[in-house]
Amino acid sequence: MIVIIDYQAGNLTSVVRSLKALGVEGAVTQDPAVVAQASRVIFPGVGAAGQAMATLRELGLDQALRQSCQRGIPILGICLGAQIILEGSEENDATCLGLLPGRTRALPRVQDLKIPHMGWNRVRFLKDHPVFKELPEGAEYYFVHSYYPAPDQASMVLGVTDHGIEFPSAIGWRNLVATQFHPEKSGRFGLQILENFLAWDGTHAE
Amino acid sequence: MLSKRIIPCLDVRDGRTTKGIRFKNNVDIGDPVAMARHYYEAGADELVFYDITASSDRRNIMIDVVRRVAAEILIPFSVGGGIRNLNDMREVLLAGAEKVSVNSAAILEPSLITAGAQAFGSQCIVLGMDVKRVTASPAIPSGYEMVIHGGRTPMGIDALWWAREAVRLGAGEICLNSIDADGTQAGYELTLTRMISEAVPIPVIASGGAGTPDHLCQVLTQGRADAALIASMVHYGTYTMQGIKEYLAQRQIPVRLIW
Repeated sequence: MIVIIDYQAGNLTSVVRSLKALGVEGAVTQDPAVVAQASRVIFPGVGAAGQAMATLRELGLDQALRQSCQRGIPILGICLGAQIILEGSEENDATCLGLLPGRTRALPRVQDLKIPHMGWNRVRFLKDHPVFKELPEGAEYYFVHSYYPAPDQASMVLGVTDHGIEFPSAIGWRNLVATQFHPEKSGRFGLQILENFLAWDGTHAE
Repeated sequence: MLSKRIIPCLDVRDGRTTKGIRFKNNVDIGDPVAMARHYYEAGADELVFYDITASSDRRNIMIDVVRRVAAEILIPFSVGGGIRNLNDMREVLLAGAEKVSVNSAAILEPSLITAGAQAFGSQCIVLGMDVKRVTASPAIPSGYEMVIHGGRTPMGIDALWWAREAVRLGAGEICLNSIDADGTQAGYELTLTRMISEAVPIPVIASGGAGTPDHLCQVLTQGRADAALIASMVHYGTYTMQGIKEYLAQRQIPVRLIW
C-alpha cells in the first residue's frame, strides 16, 4: 500500500492525481496505524515548518514516520516534506523530525532575485540515484519555496539548483529521498520521478 | 537559473472558454479542459483561468471545470474571478487548483489576503491588480490607480502602495494587469510593471497588452517581470508557445525549453 501522509499542510490533490496518471491508487491518511502498514510513503506538504511539526506530533505521525524510516521502506519527501525530515528549521526555529542530519535554511535574497523561489528551474544531479534516472539534461521542475534543506553531509545531496545561491534541491540517504521541487506539478519529467520512486526498492549503491 | 514563466490565460464563462476561435487539431475551443490539455502539451509553464461567469449560482460549474482540468494537466494553474471569501478559496484549491487569485474582494476587504495566506499558505494567494494610469496627485503619488469592475470603478487607491500593502498582508505573488494596455496587443505597460516588480520581493506576472514575442521580451527584461500572461496572441493561433519560447531563448531570456 502506497500511503500519502496528510498532516493538513496543503493540498494533496495533485499528488493523488499524479499517482492515478501512473495507474496507482495512493491512500491518503492521517492515521499512524495506516502508515505502519505502508509499503511505501509519500510525505508532501506546503506551509510553515512550526505548524506542520505541531500537527504531525498531535496526530502521532512523527513517530509513525520515524518507524517507517527504520523499517527501510522507500520514503519520498516533497517540498515541506523535504525540509522537516531534517533535525531543525530556521523557519519558526522549529525542531523537526531528524530523519536526516542537518537543518532547513532560509533562501537569502541575492540581488533582486525574488523570494519565494517560484517557477521552473533546473536540477544539476550530482550522483546517480534510481529515483532520478532517465531524466534529460535541461529538464526543469516546478519550485515554490522560501527555505531549503541543508543536510550535514555532502554525500546526502543528490542534486542542486541555482537561485542566487546553489542549494540542495534533491537529497537522500538510505531509503529516504526528497525533492524541494514538486514532481507532481512538473509535467512528464516529474511524473518520471514518481514512476522511478514507485519502482525503487529503497536501496542503492553509495 | 529560474526560468521566466509564460502563462496562457483562459476566460471561462458558464463553463465554456470565451476565446480561441482559430484552434485546429480537434481542440474543442469552447472546452476549457481541452484548451488546458492543449496548452499543457504545447509547453505552457502555468495556466490561469479567469471565471467571468455572470451568475453566482453557477459557481459549481466552475468548480467542476477546475476538477476536470486538474485531472488532465501536471503543471500549476490558478483560478481567479468571483473569489470572495475563504470558502470560495477552499473549494477551488480542493478541486485541484494550485493558486487562487483575488482582486476586487481583496481591495474591499484586505484581511481576506491574510486569512487566505494563513489558511492555505502565501504561495496559494495571488493578488490580482487592475491598474489605470492617472495624473499623479497627493492621493495617487505613483500615477497609477487601482480600479475594479473591469476598470469601471476607480478606487482612489495608489497601485504602488497597494502592492506593498498586499505583500505585508501575505500575498505570495502579484498578477499585474494594465487596464490601459489590456486588449490593445500593443505591448505591456513597462513603466508600471517595472515599478511594481522592483518595489516588492514577491514574483510579478505582467498582464495586458501582449501582441508579439517582442512584447514579452520587453516586459521580462525592461519591465523586470517574473512571468508574462498571454491570451489572444496564442488563442487565435498567431503564435505558438514553442515559437515564443524560442524567440525569448535566442535573446538570452531563461525559459523552459523542453517539456
